[in-house]
Amino acid sequence: MKTLEEIKKIREEKRKELDLRVNTSADTREKHILVCHGTGCTSSKSPKILENFRRIIEEKKIENVRVIQTGCFGLCAKGPIVIIRPEDVFYAMVKPEDCEEIIEKHIQKGELVERLLCKDIDNKTVKKLDELNFYKKQKRIALKNCGVIDPENIDEYIAFDGYKALEKVLFSMTPDEVIDVVSKSGLRGRGGAGFPTGKKWSFTKMAKGDQKYVVCNADEGDPGAFMDRSVLEGDPHCVVEAMMIAGFAIGANKGYIYVRAEYPIAVKRFQKAIDQAREYGILGKNIWNSGFDFDLEVRLGAGAFVCGEETALLESIEGRRGQPRLKPPFPANEGLFGKPTLINNVETYANITKIILNGAEWYASIGTEKSKGTKVFALGGNVNNIGLVEVPMGVTLREIVFDIGGGIPNGRKFKAAQTGGPSGGCITEENLDTPIEYESLQAIGSMMGSGGLIVMDDSKCMVNLAKFYLGFTVDESCGKCTPCRIGTKRLLEMLTKITEGKGEEGDVEKLETLCKNIQKASVCGLGQTAPNPVLSTIKYFRDEYEEHIRDKKCRAGECKALMQLHIDPELCKGCGLCKRNCPVDAITGEVKQTHVINTEKCIKCGTCINKCPFHAIKS
Amino acid sequence: MQAAHGTDPKMTEILEKYTDDKSNLIQILNEVQEYYGYVPEKAQLAISEYLKIPMAEIYGVVTFYARFTLKPKGKYHIAICLGTACFVKGSEQILARAKERLGIVEGETTKDGKFSLEATRCIGACGLAPVFTVNGEVYGRATVKKLDEILDKIMENPE
Repeated sequence: MKTLEEIKKIREEKRKELDLRVNTSADTREKHILVCHGTGCTSSKSPKILENFRRIIEEKKIENVRVIQTGCFGLCAKGPIVIIRPEDVFYAMVKPEDCEEIIEKHIQKGELVERLLCKDIDNKTVKKLDELNFYKKQKRIALKNCGVIDPENIDEYIAFDGYKALEKVLFSMTPDEVIDVVSKSGLRGRGGAGFPTGKKWSFTKMAKGDQKYVVCNADEGDPGAFMDRSVLEGDPHCVVEAMMIAGFAIGANKGYIYVRAEYPIAVKRFQKAIDQAREYGILGKNIWNSGFDFDLEVRLGAGAFVCGEETALLESIEGRRGQPRLKPPFPANEGLFGKPTLINNVETYANITKIILNGAEWYASIGTEKSKGTKVFALGGNVNNIGLVEVPMGVTLREIVFDIGGGIPNGRKFKAAQTGGPSGGCITEENLDTPIEYESLQAIGSMMGSGGLIVMDDSKCMVNLAKFYLGFTVDESCGKCTPCRIGTKRLLEMLTKITEGKGEEGDVEKLETLCKNIQKASVCGLGQTAPNPVLSTIKYFRDEYEEHIRDKKCRAGECKALMQLHIDPELCKGCGLCKRNCPVDAITGEVKQTHVINTEKCIKCGTCINKCPFHAIKS
Repeated sequence: MQAAHGTDPKMTEILEKYTDDKSNLIQILNEVQEYYGYVPEKAQLAISEYLKIPMAEIYGVVTFYARFTLKPKGKYHIAICLGTACFVKGSEQILARAKERLGIVEGETTKDGKFSLEATRCIGACGLAPVFTVNGEVYGRATVKKLDEILDKIMENPE
């Protein structure tokens, strides 16, 4: 147990000690080697790197050097990432066997390990993280501590203003004042729908009930999205603190966080954060003698996308199948165990402490008129700089894809970007200058979504993409309501038919009608938005659908059934590799003569494409 | 594989961590799945008695959530990520190759119990896409060739 005075003392002392983390001219003889321990870097052996650094430092008896695990730095494509502070030198794609060289050269001799420095898209070698184009247009609020502190060390969190917002709220604000600040900041739900957070808090506060709950939705199910996971892995205490502030504001003394079991590192770090906060007396009864009680519990999800829907999530916390409830009543009135419940997602909470400390005006000054603050995106797919980015609202998609993301690799062309995952839509070249805002994204047939942003190049077939998303929704539909359960299945069947070359005239119109019916008649957000990928690909790529149906052609070459393989006589050298490897003997030709594919026999397995050393086989 | 029945000390140990509150069902099932690699019928029975929830309801919950399985996994569990980032980078071909090589479809285990195959949704290593995992170990920037090499290595091993 620590008193408030002791916490303040930790903050002051630790902050001095950790100044080198954020200040390149910090007055210190120490060096900190920061090793990224997000899921991406952990998958490429960053724990081994950490271990090697510690071992070498001990063996060589080097003093004043500490090795620290941190959360995600963002540029996952260049992982594992190692940063050395205070000089802020950034090494990319580090291997465990590189540690020796880094220690000997960088730490002991003060020289740079040139070969491990990162090359930017323009091929310029970059020494510091913020010199990269990737970081230039970013603004970190929700991710402020990610990559700066050790997420498993509460003292480091406290050092960077940790639990200071809680102190401010408990001792100098009323619950109404807290809600007022959140409302005035303009913060809206970061889970996707964008409901004003302050309003949600005030509804839950006004609801009558002897017991109320605060819930954090960390069931990040959108495939290709990892924003919330990165917050929980990199800065779990900021979510603990924000949930406590929410509890104080609405009058709840108990919170639940619902996390995907597929995120083992996030679960472990969050649990550790709870344990540490309890040990310090920050969670528990009569916190800092303020009279406020609060405690938190982790509940694991078990792999159901629908549980990201708030009422399905509540069902799941209660131990049942995650099937959505009919609304109203809304959770603010009748939520968990029938009691008034406030549900926000991780990123929304991650903004709260900063809003409380810096004020509503500060937050509202960032972003656009209707969308305030920043948004975190998980940038992925056919883009050079894959990773986690946080940008002020109002930045355009073009800036994210080309300036931050570094454009499309392999000399290919941008075709579309998808936001909002299985609930969202695609954005084409012509709409790339649309600013990132809740309303403007909706106007072009997509949505903000939780933050998955997948870029696709011209080798991607849009009909196949719609089919991919529908395959996902069919798997994840909970089965409660007919339009979603059966409607999405019919959509998938029709899309499959089209990609197999069996499409008929009028299929596109049938798809459109069915989509609209599913949107209108489904019970929950999953069903209501499931047709979006189909509708938006039809809207922007109708010609591709028609080509599949009329000409039995897939211009991207992704739909195998529509593939017509042939050998380019200009490129074929007659080596015979394709002929020998063809499983159905569909290829004929003499040695050193151009070979030919018998399209009637060909089963389009693609073996010849992979075998041909001259790339002569075309579809 | 451990014996899975109501009196299995491990099962008792798991149950004892929780109160008999019905909302603990999914937490308990997660631990059972983690320990046995699947949710054995006898474990379901033990939970049913402990939480006083009918077997039918427990079966309903087990089959609802993708993480819970009713059959044991193979000695080598291969999971290919079909999250959007991996899909866009061609993980479909890797899955197709795995199915071809192992002669099973996703969700199945080979007859000799050596391999099981799963198509997962995003495991969060999008920076390394496409990825697959073998018994939890992540292989990033994967190709059909890389999968082949790994399968060859496992298959050559005479146990």
